[in-house]
Amino acid sequence: MEVKTRKKISLFNILNITGFVLFSILVIYPFWQTIVLSFSDAESASSLGVNLWPDQWITDAYKFMFSNDNIGIAYLNTIIRTVAGTFLIVSFTILAAYPLSKKELPYRNVFTIFFLIAMFFSGGMIPDYLLIKNLGLIDNSLSLILPSAVNVFFIIIMRNYFMTIDKGLEESALIDGANYFTILTKIIIPVSKPVIATVALWAAVYHWNEWFHALVYIQDDSKTVLQIVVRDMLTAMDLSNNQNAQVGGGGMASSELLLSNVRAATVMISIGPIVLIYPFVQKYFIKGIMIGSLKG
Amino acid sequence: MQTTLERIKTKPQRQVSEKWVRMKKMKSLYFMMLIPMVMLFIFNYIPMYGVIIAFKNFSPGLGIMDSPWNNFEHFKRLFSDFLFLRAFQNTVFISLLKIIIVFPAPIIFAILLNEIKSEKFKKVSQSISYLPHFMSWVILSAMVIEVFSPQRGIINYVITIFGGDPINFLSDKTSFIPILILTDMWKELGWGAIIYLATIASIDPGLYEAAEMDGAGRFHKMIHVTLPSIMPMVIIMFILRLGSVLNAGFDQILNLYNPLVYEVADIIDTYVYRSGLEQFQFDYATAVGLFKNVVGIVLILSANAIIRRKSEHGIW
Repeated sequence: MEVKTRKKISLFNILNITGFVLFSILVIYPFWQTIVLSFSDAESASSLGVNLWPDQWITDAYKFMFSNDNIGIAYLNTIIRTVAGTFLIVSFTILAAYPLSKKELPYRNVFTIFFLIAMFFSGGMIPDYLLIKNLGLIDNSLSLILPSAVNVFFIIIMRNYFMTIDKGLEESALIDGANYFTILTKIIIPVSKPVIATVALWAAVYHWNEWFHALVYIQDDSKTVLQIVVRDMLTAMDLSNNQNAQVGGGGMASSELLLSNVRAATVMISIGPIVLIYPFVQKYFIKGIMIGSLKG
Repeated sequence: MQTTLERIKTKPQRQVSEKWVRMKKMKSLYFMMLIPMVMLFIFNYIPMYGVIIAFKNFSPGLGIMDSPWNNFEHFKRLFSDFLFLRAFQNTVFISLLKIIIVFPAPIIFAILLNEIKSEKFKKVSQSISYLPHFMSWVILSAMVIEVFSPQRGIINYVITIFGGDPINFLSDKTSFIPILILTDMWKELGWGAIIYLATIASIDPGLYEAAEMDGAGRFHKMIHVTLPSIMPMVIIMFILRLGSVLNAGFDQILNLYNPLVYEVADIIDTYVYRSGLEQFQFDYATAVGLFKNVVGIVLILSANAIIRRKSEHGIW
């Protein structure tokens, strides 16, 4: 009897571990396939098969990509947008969260409700678009960072965190005649670095990945972002997919390169920064979920 | 303004002046909130006003205010519009399928991962599992298209090995929905498991010890200790998920679908996008979006109310 249960358990362990290894492979495979494709030539890329390793490592797709002005500009735009947008989100989150964390602030509930309403209600896609249009922000990079600058969810997370900070320091500073701005910058922000880092990371990932505003608000190629460059290549691919015969470059790439190779290379450079910092920062993301689930 | 004055009059003088003194003392705090509030007003509240074009014959020349009212014509059209009804049906169908198939996956993932002894193995598999969560659907679509590609995809490779012909899965009405479900699960499974793993980690080890004393084996402990302990969290997540049943995955579908599969894949959001921003029927598309938002709000607020009543702590 003893022996039997132990056997059963170890069989379960083996199956369980195998299951997780297989799942990990399943998660990584599409990423690996993209890497291989980005370093392959057109010939090996157009044959069916399990391409786990390129026949030879070719960097043509990357060379083509970097010789294409649009992609370089899009990369630069994405970086600028991410930096500026993250800065705005973090600043506004702190500025709104700090007053809302003060229980003794008169009419605090009214202000909290003002923010919360915006989380549940929205005008929707078309009224948003008309607003941007009426403000004259179509084809203006500000349309990528201003509409998302106030994030109510982040504000609540940060407010909850601020509410857990010990009031003692703050009160003695107030008695010494410090004003709230000084207290915020000298006392609150230094002790809130973990939650600020979490919000900053979330904001950065949001801006790096955001494509819908860029799709709708930006038509000018010189102001576009990486995600849109990739998206345009998806649509181009769709067309050639429907006419099975010609998968060829379709004017996008030189004759030895498939659109797919270039697209894979573009995908690689657009996920590169996230994948590179991912192992080091992923614990902050998790922390964010935990802070967020605290009830305030 | 009038009401504030009236309130001041009716309240005891001392209390009012105290509050007023406090407000004056804390005025820099109000000042801090000012810019975020103005931004929120412009970019969230003004579009709420813009929704009234759903009740008008909107012409951009006249503007939102001066365009004529049209006696709910858009809403009358809505319920006889075949394309809208199809989109509505697809939305609910895709969403329910995702709830049935995708929702339980992270729970199973968390329970099984918890059974693994090696902390290092746990950590590595968990880190890998939520990598796709940090990618946009634009990027993931590029990968999905390659995996299912008739020219290079691994799946069609396997099919040809067994003597079949390559299938263009993403243009096929029968395979498109399963692909939506599977890729959604692939993207969010690991991320969704985090909250359950945290709940499992907070289970009192005494419960397991007591179960062991009673002779419970591993499966007994999984089913009679772990599962009941995470059940409250499962219920909260489930109700929340039901509350967003009209969100069938706009980002995912807009990047993966094509006209060949509109019949099964066109959802309300993609329909709003096409009719509004590609065909420029601003007023009608706003009406469609408004219908979805109103139903969505009712669902989400009810979900919150139910959770609040059941567990004494709502989400907010």
